[in-house]
Amino acid sequence: MDLSLLPDGGMRWLDASGPKSTIVLSTRIRLARNVHGIPFSQRAKDTDRTAVLERVSEAASSSERLSAAVTFRLDQMDRPERQLLHERHLVSKELAGLEREARPRPGSALLVQDQVGVMVNEEDHLRLHGMWSGFDLEDAYAEVEAVDADLGQLVPFAFHPEFGYLTSCPTNAGTGLRASVLIHLPGLVLTKEINKVLQGLTQVGLTFRGLYGEGSEVVGNFFQLSNQTTLGKTEDELIDHLGKIVRQVVEYEEQARDVLLRTAPEEVEDKTWRAYGLLKHARRLTFEETMNLLSGVRLGVGLNLLPGPGVYTLNKLLIYTQPAHLAAMDGRSTGDRELPTVRAAFVRRLLEAEPS
Amino acid sequence: MLCDNCKERDAIINLTQVEHDSKVTLHLCEQCAQQKGVETGGAVLKTPLGGFLTALGKGGGAGGALVAAPNDGQRCPSCGSTLRDFRDSGRLGCDHCYVAFDAHLRDLLRRLHGSSQHVGKHYDMPGAAGSDSDPRSHLLDLKAQLRRAVEGENFELAAELRDRIRVLE
Repeated sequence: MDLSLLPDGGMRWLDASGPKSTIVLSTRIRLARNVHGIPFSQRAKDTDRTAVLERVSEAASSSERLSAAVTFRLDQMDRPERQLLHERHLVSKELAGLEREARPRPGSALLVQDQVGVMVNEEDHLRLHGMWSGFDLEDAYAEVEAVDADLGQLVPFAFHPEFGYLTSCPTNAGTGLRASVLIHLPGLVLTKEINKVLQGLTQVGLTFRGLYGEGSEVVGNFFQLSNQTTLGKTEDELIDHLGKIVRQVVEYEEQARDVLLRTAPEEVEDKTWRAYGLLKHARRLTFEETMNLLSGVRLGVGLNLLPGPGVYTLNKLLIYTQPAHLAAMDGRSTGDRELPTVRAAFVRRLLEAEPS
Repeated sequence: MLCDNCKERDAIINLTQVEHDSKVTLHLCEQCAQQKGVETGGAVLKTPLGGFLTALGKGGGAGGALVAAPNDGQRCPSCGSTLRDFRDSGRLGCDHCYVAFDAHLRDLLRRLHGSSQHVGKHYDMPGAAGSDSDPRSHLLDLKAQLRRAVEGENFELAAELRDRIRVLE
């Protein structure tokens, strides 16, 4: 696998160029689609999966927006490489066959071009997705929608006049749309307002997850907020609603940060400098500790309490300190006991390269 | 251990939240965890609808059984899936299942989404009446037919398809 084929490693969103990118790391859009007449993943035989991949590949190569897509055959890749793609948020754990002793099923693939991609043979035949820097639902949706329109002219998608796009699980039927933002909420966590906000989200039809989406834990105060329902509203309505609520959550987070600065300025300053100091000087770091320290530094940078590092560097650290990335960089296995040492050295190197 | 939230049911899920430098672990029952939007682990994770559908099948709710047990064996004529398969896995077998089990699914979709009527983007399948048929899609369709013909060792049809593809290309 050659990830250098992907400009920015498929992660242009890391560059922190998008709106509100100190608080909202990224915006993600995904559309679930299935090929008409081929059994869904639950009933699909290996030949069905292969047929899906062939159809999607052929369609992609004659499409406008995926004609230069790079294809990763997950079913032909080793586990560390698959984990690498998962750590980049380009494939789900399920597609990469990373759950327990699972293997990727035949025909499991990822096609990527620029900021959009297609997971093939996941829970649905196609999961079109795109990730954008910062809080940018409209641009992300417009691009993924264009890919959908393009492929939908070439591959017959399963569609029903009443139920809309038909998906393997009825929770995704209709628009097949999941719009989400990855948001950093240390202010709300520190002021203990977070549970109120999260409960409020579920009451307005939204849901939250951890850093890696479905089934993942919340680490480093990063939350993924997304729409819960997909049917009975237009794509624009779903996106507007999520956008409206996320704007509110960002406001609450900013208010919480103001409260922290007003009521405990020295404690907050101390906390962020300690986090920075540990990252800069520690000799061994676990992934979880790194996430938490990065959260503290990110808060300090957002509040102008720390002179640096830049948000781009903080974003890069989030991705490259993950086990498969460190292991690949240093030629080790992901289970290597020296990984915390490698991680600490890498973090120091990146922070030292930053002008402070 | 009882659920930290409702203090009634057994806790089966540990929700760990990291608050800066300390961990807070909540022990939750499945219902409370789901209310908090947490995907539950293990078998339930694989079939997020499983519990919901099982409960409905038992007819425990005030609304009675959504997926009535006697219909469990009803089969989708296209893929052969039954309603029981759907209830066990939470996944449908093919797009035709939505037609075969439409009454059940309409009800379920309304409960899940508050509506069963799609109002989003309208889609015409390539080649369908009323859609602008795209010559590229016709070509891809022929190629798919050719593949099936070769797999089925129907070489006469394959030769004919190959000729038609050549002309189009």
